[in-house]
Amino acid sequence: MNSGPLLDIRNLSTHYVSAQGSRVVRAVDDVSLRIDAGETLGIVGESGSGKSTLALSILRVLPPAARIVAGRMLFEGEDLVEKSDAEMRQVRGKRIAMILQDPMASLNPLFTIGNQVAEPIQVHEGAKRRSAWQRARELLRAVRIPAPETRVGQYPHEMSGGMRQRIVGAIGISCEPRLLIADEPTTSLDLTIQAQYLKLLRDLQKEHGLALIFITHNLGIVAKMCDRLAVMYAGRIVEAGSVSTIFNAPAHPYTEALLNSIPRMSEGRERLTAIDGQPPDLSALPPGCAFAARCPRAMPRCGVEAPPEFHTGEDHRARCWLAAPDAAQSPLALPAEGRRGFA
Amino acid sequence: MSDLITSPAGDNPLMPPAGAAWGRSIGPALRVLRRPMPRFILRRSGYALVSLFLLSLTIFFFVRVTGDPAALLVEPGASPGDIAAIHHQFGLDRPLWVQYWLFMTSLAQGDLGQSFYYQVPVMSLYLSRLPNSVALAAVAMLFSLVIGIPAGILASVHVGRFWDSVGKLFTLLGLSMPSFWIGLLMILFFSVYLGWLPSSGAAGPVVLGASIDPAHMIMPAFALGWYFAAAHMRLTRSSMLEVLGSEYIKLARIKGLPQSLVIAKHAFKNALIPVLTLAGINLVLMINVAVVVETVFAWPGIGRLLYEGIAFRDFPVVQGVVIMGGAMIVIVNLLIDIVYAVIDPRIRLGS
Amino acid sequence: MTIRADIATLATPTSRFAAIRRYRAGDYPVLPLLILGIITFLAIFAGQLAPHNPEVGVLADRFRPPFWLAGGSAKYLLGTDQLGRDVLSRLIFGARISMIVGFTAVIFAGAVGTVLGIVSGYLGGWVDQVIMRLTDTWLALPALTFAIFLAAIVGPSMWNIVIILGITYWTRYARVIRGEVLSLKEREFVRLAIVAGCSKRTIMLRHILPNVVNSAIVLGSLMLGVVIIAEATLSFLGVGVPPPQPAWGLMLADGKEGLMVGYWWLTVFPGGCIMLLVLSANLLGDWLRVKLDPQLRQL
Repeated sequence: MNSGPLLDIRNLSTHYVSAQGSRVVRAVDDVSLRIDAGETLGIVGESGSGKSTLALSILRVLPPAARIVAGRMLFEGEDLVEKSDAEMRQVRGKRIAMILQDPMASLNPLFTIGNQVAEPIQVHEGAKRRSAWQRARELLRAVRIPAPETRVGQYPHEMSGGMRQRIVGAIGISCEPRLLIADEPTTSLDLTIQAQYLKLLRDLQKEHGLALIFITHNLGIVAKMCDRLAVMYAGRIVEAGSVSTIFNAPAHPYTEALLNSIPRMSEGRERLTAIDGQPPDLSALPPGCAFAARCPRAMPRCGVEAPPEFHTGEDHRARCWLAAPDAAQSPLALPAEGRRGFA
Repeated sequence: MSDLITSPAGDNPLMPPAGAAWGRSIGPALRVLRRPMPRFILRRSGYALVSLFLLSLTIFFFVRVTGDPAALLVEPGASPGDIAAIHHQFGLDRPLWVQYWLFMTSLAQGDLGQSFYYQVPVMSLYLSRLPNSVALAAVAMLFSLVIGIPAGILASVHVGRFWDSVGKLFTLLGLSMPSFWIGLLMILFFSVYLGWLPSSGAAGPVVLGASIDPAHMIMPAFALGWYFAAAHMRLTRSSMLEVLGSEYIKLARIKGLPQSLVIAKHAFKNALIPVLTLAGINLVLMINVAVVVETVFAWPGIGRLLYEGIAFRDFPVVQGVVIMGGAMIVIVNLLIDIVYAVIDPRIRLGS
Repeated sequence: MTIRADIATLATPTSRFAAIRRYRAGDYPVLPLLILGIITFLAIFAGQLAPHNPEVGVLADRFRPPFWLAGGSAKYLLGTDQLGRDVLSRLIFGARISMIVGFTAVIFAGAVGTVLGIVSGYLGGWVDQVIMRLTDTWLALPALTFAIFLAAIVGPSMWNIVIILGITYWTRYARVIRGEVLSLKEREFVRLAIVAGCSKRTIMLRHILPNVVNSAIVLGSLMLGVVIIAEATLSFLGVGVPPPQPAWGLMLADGKEGLMVGYWWLTVFPGGCIMLLVLSANLLGDWLRVKLDPQLRQL
């Protein structure tokens, strides 16, 4: 086993450049993250904050307009940024897998389930069709699809949304990856199916010793699923640390606002809409902190100078002047009753 | 057509509710007529009948509104007495609705009148020429697909770059060069200067009523297929771009499949469906718009027949070819829609 | 918002360069406009510019090649045809025919199609049903064959061709304009006009029509090429512009006679002119579509 972290992302920046080169969207900007083997990392942020681009950057399956412009991604000691396309193909699906948001759209309508589940096994392990299909049946059983023998021969439209998402999960784990990235895998499922699916993911993680990156905008799910958490805002990680630390004492006003916006009574999938204002235009970021315009505790300095990352504790960092060691105010002291219900 | 492909399952009345197994839900025979599918076929056939009716009405109307049809029905240089006789013979002195009734009843019996020039029924003349047109259109279609589909894929994979620009130029030329001019240039080059290919006519063994001879077919097929190659390329490109942007292509990449497999297996098969649908419609169109190409190359198809009809002032032939062309297109459109409706719920495209 | 973003990006030197380049050349279709300009100029001043009478030739000078070939002379720069008529002069006068037929037929088709599209889309109901059934039937016919049929029954003449092409191609406008009207109908300003008590006629004329004009212009520019090719085809088949008028399609039909003995200039020049004109019209149409089509412009 490798002694270091499984994946260590250092100062990664991914930008979208328009056709004329006149617009640059800093979708991921100077992001550093690490995840250890077997661990679950949650990445939280509003839509458009760069979460999905970050996930696609890790696998290097970005749309043509996007470029990784800086940074390193050390996966088991190898830098993914430096790899050739052919080498990267050996990583995708085999060592790092990903589950996409929309289960209804992520299966090809013209091929059978068995074909699509067996495909990565055939490609990555050179398995013969017969044995790959046998494995596909086992995988379907592992994701608790009833009657896998008949299901392999069926087409995606013959399955429900929940089943399709499990199949996408089965494709994800088909080659025993070390890391599984799940990009909002439950947003389009209804609540009971959502709970079942999260349990399935946790079970799979335990059985296979997977590390899991869980991208979501639902802090309730993070509380249930994740060990550590990174909060993204306008392409940057504004706060990262263990889930318990952040939930009990958030260091960034944005995280605090997110936590406050969770409805107390239900742990549904309500959107994060409780924060006033709009996220900034990523192609024209303000000079200072990107959150300053919406921040209830903004100081004059925030509009001028972007805060660097401050370490506020062991494995806890935040990009906020309030977290600076020399900050006049004490770190955000929060009323304890506001944090009930989160472990 | 594209609506059928892209609409989500819930919006499409043809689709069974999501998750229902199509095969299992077919009930006893009595319930069949209440199912959406036969109702759709009935309604769509009704539309086709209305279209055929409007088609006959249009042609009938235009012939009578633009002058004395008797002048078209007699050979040039006929005396006033002959014209009066024709008036009586064809019932042109009777009320319009009676005339239309006569026109329709003979049409319904497959009677398109008698050719002045050939002195045979127009229908048998038409049917004797049709196989040649179908054969020419088939070769032209093959050519347009063999050029258009790979070019469209190439352009979509290199979107915004060199090969895409080359493709764009090719499309523009395809849409801007009249097919008969291409035909003339090819005759000039391959027949006159190089002497490789015969410039006109048809020869070779006759299969199912059509002359099959590559040497005589290659130039007219190219001239006819050129425009359609550009159209097929354009649709392949846009269809591929749509598919390449889909989630399942993203997933195929995420699985670590090689680019060739992503394009050839996952993208191509999905992108091909609208292209083949268009090709089906275009094949019928090719049969019917080949008039100039067939004229340039003296290819004995229905287009050439139409030209001869014009040149010899053989009005029944001209009218017959136009009626048959319109009817063929209406009927083929109907068939394509029905086939689509039959296969669509099963593969549930775009869901 | 996009304007502000553009100003912001203009501040960086590289993008300023890109912006200048974009506005200088890329923003206007220079080449198509130039070609269309030249052809229009030739068409207008054909009488002054053409060196010879386009319809009368010198039989002694028949089948002269262009001036740079052996047997050619500066008297007939692009050679002569089977009746000894000057090809260049015929091409110049042919531009006039193509432009007149192209523009008038497009405008005629556009007027009919736009009116029917607006009426069909705005009134809805049985009016819509009737017009759209008719449009569908018409669209199903192979347009060119139908035009040939009409031309064959009314007899060849330039203005007949204009009318025939107009009634052959109005359907494309009707379909598109109707679709636009259906969405315009749901917009606030139309509802306000209804509430304000405007008559249907006023709403269609004052509120709907100005909003579909752009689409009609874009369609028209794209149809121009189609119509010009259609006219050339009809003339080529002998049901279009009657001889001895110098229509380009007619010139190609005449040129067929000399083709087999290698008199290439009778085929290459008229066809090349058709191609240049249609190509320019198509390029201009594509550009207009991006510039004027509200749906594309919003992107």
